[in-house]
Amino acid sequence: MRYLPLSEPDRQEMLKTIGVSAVDDLFKDVPRSVLLDKPVDLPATAGEMAVEQTIGALAGKNTGTSAVPSFLGVGAYRHHVPSAIDYLVQRGEFLTSYTPYQPEISQGTLQYLFEFQTQVALLTGMEVANASLYDGATAVAEAMLMASRITKRNKAILSGGLHPHYRDVAVNQAKFMDFQVTCADPDPLATEDLSALIDNETACVIVQNPGFFGQVRDLSALSEACHEAGALLVVAVAEVVSLGAIKSPGAMGADIVIGEGQSLGNGLSFGGPYLGLMACRQKFLRQMPGRLAGETVDVEGRRGWVLTLSTREQHIRREKATSNICTNSGLCALAFTMHLTMLGEAGFTRLAKLNHVAASKLADRLATIEGVELVNDTFFNEFTLRLPKAANEVVEALAEKGILGGVPVSRLHQGVGDLGNLLLVAATELNTDDQAEAFQTALKEVL
Amino acid sequence: MATVRFTKDHEWVSVEGDVATVGITEYAQNQLGDIVYVEVPEAGRAVDQGGEAAVVESVKAASEIYAPISGEVTEGNGSLEDDPSLVNSAAEGDGWFFKMTVGDASQLDDLMDETAYKAYVAELG
Amino acid sequence: MPTRTILGNRGLQIEEPLIFEQDTPGMSGCDLPEPEEATNRLGGLAREEAIGLPGLSEPQVVRHYTRLSQKNYAIDAGVYPLGSCTMKHNPRLNEKMARLPGLGDLHPMQPVSTVQGALELMDVLGHWLKTLTGMPAVALSPAAGAHGELCGLMAVRAALEDRGNARKVVLVPDSAHGTNPATATLCGYAVQSIPANARGRVDLDALKAALNDDVACFMLTNPNTCGLFEDEILEIADAVHDAGAFFYCDGANFNAIVGRVRPGDLGIDCMHINLHKTFSTPHGGGGPGSGPTVFSEALAPFVPVPYVVDTGDGFALVESPAQSDQKPFGRMKGFHGQFGVFVRALSYMLSMGSDGLRQASADAVLNANYIAAKLNDVLTQSFEGPCMHEVLFDDRFLKDTDVTTLDFAKAMIDDGVHPMTMYFPLVVHGALLMEPTETESKLGLDQFVELVRGLADRAQGDNEKYFKEAPRMTPRRRLDETAAARKPVLRWVPEAGG
Repeated sequence: MRYLPLSEPDRQEMLKTIGVSAVDDLFKDVPRSVLLDKPVDLPATAGEMAVEQTIGALAGKNTGTSAVPSFLGVGAYRHHVPSAIDYLVQRGEFLTSYTPYQPEISQGTLQYLFEFQTQVALLTGMEVANASLYDGATAVAEAMLMASRITKRNKAILSGGLHPHYRDVAVNQAKFMDFQVTCADPDPLATEDLSALIDNETACVIVQNPGFFGQVRDLSALSEACHEAGALLVVAVAEVVSLGAIKSPGAMGADIVIGEGQSLGNGLSFGGPYLGLMACRQKFLRQMPGRLAGETVDVEGRRGWVLTLSTREQHIRREKATSNICTNSGLCALAFTMHLTMLGEAGFTRLAKLNHVAASKLADRLATIEGVELVNDTFFNEFTLRLPKAANEVVEALAEKGILGGVPVSRLHQGVGDLGNLLLVAATELNTDDQAEAFQTALKEVL
Repeated sequence: MATVRFTKDHEWVSVEGDVATVGITEYAQNQLGDIVYVEVPEAGRAVDQGGEAAVVESVKAASEIYAPISGEVTEGNGSLEDDPSLVNSAAEGDGWFFKMTVGDASQLDDLMDETAYKAYVAELG
Repeated sequence: MPTRTILGNRGLQIEEPLIFEQDTPGMSGCDLPEPEEATNRLGGLAREEAIGLPGLSEPQVVRHYTRLSQKNYAIDAGVYPLGSCTMKHNPRLNEKMARLPGLGDLHPMQPVSTVQGALELMDVLGHWLKTLTGMPAVALSPAAGAHGELCGLMAVRAALEDRGNARKVVLVPDSAHGTNPATATLCGYAVQSIPANARGRVDLDALKAALNDDVACFMLTNPNTCGLFEDEILEIADAVHDAGAFFYCDGANFNAIVGRVRPGDLGIDCMHINLHKTFSTPHGGGGPGSGPTVFSEALAPFVPVPYVVDTGDGFALVESPAQSDQKPFGRMKGFHGQFGVFVRALSYMLSMGSDGLRQASADAVLNANYIAAKLNDVLTQSFEGPCMHEVLFDDRFLKDTDVTTLDFAKAMIDDGVHPMTMYFPLVVHGALLMEPTETESKLGLDQFVELVRGLADRAQGDNEKYFKEAPRMTPRRRLDETAAARKPVLRWVPEAGG
């Protein structure tokens, strides 16, 4: 077996050194009744060719987004990742390294995390960011708990424009900590007014911008309403590229910003692994979960970096930790920071513009189809269409025609009656005019 | 004249009139190593004898500090926010953690005086 | 003669500035087309201020990250004997498989009819995990080990509440990894510690004394964090079940017994598995991991959404409790779990096969016992008897010196090896926990042993300075962690006026 370097002679010699006659002797503490005497009933070892055939066959049963025109969003976006990124991220010193607990031999990791933290703070308009969480949804739950620790209150208000997975993960976590959550109804028209729900027991209001249905809103008034009541405004960003075009949550008065970083550097990969982002105001730093890379000097006075403020974390604080998070999304954060560094300010803002243009033109095209109505007056690269029939049927019909044409709202919002005709459509810099035309033609045909 | 007493968890309390000042001992700061952060209680907080009152952090550890007597916190030491190293350099002086009212002066009798504390520390080896 | 170089570089080790210190305004490493005109629909909320991101060309970016990578230790470069981390070889075949078109480019919300192969892959992975553990149900969605622990405890709490028997306490050994008590708190439980006995195992009497009808769960790592198999585990399981509680196993050390012992046979009710440990998916400098959790019959109904179902007529994805005929406790993560990590893990499982995995655990245990046998005359092994895949030493061997476990570890670094886990578990003083894994050759182990023996010998001499000043040969020497914590600097800021 190619991954096992020991030969039989090696094993025999080692057993002799240890002073036992067989490896089974080393398992003497295992009760005999549970020690298996042969391999379990699963396939035997296979070489690379066989593994490639097996997994290739599974891949062959799927329709990838690079094979057909695809217009899917809802918190995961198909973007072009520059070629150099995938090579760099697979360098063994990045791919196969451990958490940087021995900083002297992990300066590569620590420096890129410091750069990543800076970039996330800049994008979100906040003062400090952590070194990543699992994904956007779990980041929302962490932010909710963080707001609770800061305000010493137990109630959260969740916007009807929040991604349903983000909502569900937060609601689930709240349930287990006897935390009270109020979820506003799904808000496709972006008309909700959450300020009426805030009282002096509210820890935070959690909104998403652009919202799940696509709208872009000014959160300044909501931010004031929160602060007047001593509550925090938590803003979720599901499409991080939007920060290249839209006013930052920090500029709108957010206290904590969380997000999904998948769009930069990380492929779709059927939903994971993704990249949770978190940033906050400096004064809340000690309540923020997750790892932090901090700058310092070594004994020779040279600048370097270390993991710091570890007393917030589980390995030191145990049951009083800010979170139980240990392993996070290091390599995904690396891909993100590499991609953003490659883009730079000029590239990133242009990328955002390309996305908005693609979506804006697509929306105009599709709205010309009889029976199709564009719901949004504002959006970034994703918008909602109201169709004359159930959106999930339309999506199936489109798939049969070789178009991955949007996601029905009903896939994520269960049992929601009149939302069943709503379709969420995204367009990015990768969608060409030909693809947009093919989508338009196919949609007309299936309606 | 201040009355100074010590707890088994290495807190000291110095009572002058009806104000008690609380901190950790030289021995404790030495055990903890470089202090990086102290979370002091806010004024107005009621604390019980033996109850958690503050948290002191070094790079690799966080330790609870317990109230030696019951009472109400009147002031947390603001200097510790900018300079937590005061706890290392002046644990039994400027590195105090918080001041509080004396709920029940008889609780001081539960604690060790300086001689008893010194003996206690000597036995810890 | 001057000893410092002009730029401070040392041969292949380059002093690389931050990206923010290499900004060329307007520069980009990507050539993106000029955007066309279209209706602006940003609602007047266009970003007005600059973000402040630096601009670099492609060659500069490639050079930046290449130079950074050269300052990192990695499995590809050398052994990582980190206890309970299982830093085994990360095959590149796994990377190739994860990137295949039809896997890497699947959107999570495509119609289920277009991703039948992906759902089948998840089903196959689940089957491997259930078969290897002897458990009937699995939740694939947890994103890492700690997340899997949370999944297990949430299922426990859901099951107890379903029974009308909510309880308030979780028992955890004092040798447990910090994630265990932290997870219990996230689940609304109070934590009580159970001491170890003189043999390094859970004190069964202390456990029995602590079990009562307010205990929801006992969380145990097996093999435990001292590298020992909990030989009274069957009695432990019985005691826990007799008290009406559930038995959680932290599967971080599964590499010691995979293919040889099934946790289901030990009476375990739920166990998380670290795909990035036992199943070779890369650590990536801190993730991503994946922590699927297997469940017993009693907890199976509470598996969270989403999960895959083989309907007999294709695969379905149950995405909400409303769609489920079970009692899922809710959702823990966006989308479906760490799919890219699933592909890598399955690629490894298929490569190793059932026989290979069984051989891997044997070699992992053999390697650990080999280094134990070759070191226990110069280091002080904490517990007698064979260890499992990791061996625990403590700092008694350093007691006549001024060298600490930390100093010893830093000296290992100068000899080109990442140190073992230090100061964990907390049950012995100055712990040194070594896990070589099965992917170390005998030659590699012999070199490792020679290094450690040499250092142990050097420590006994009057050589404190050598250890206190280590490491000397690394890109950075010891860093001031106190200053980093007292005055945290967590991001670059432009100089005043910049």
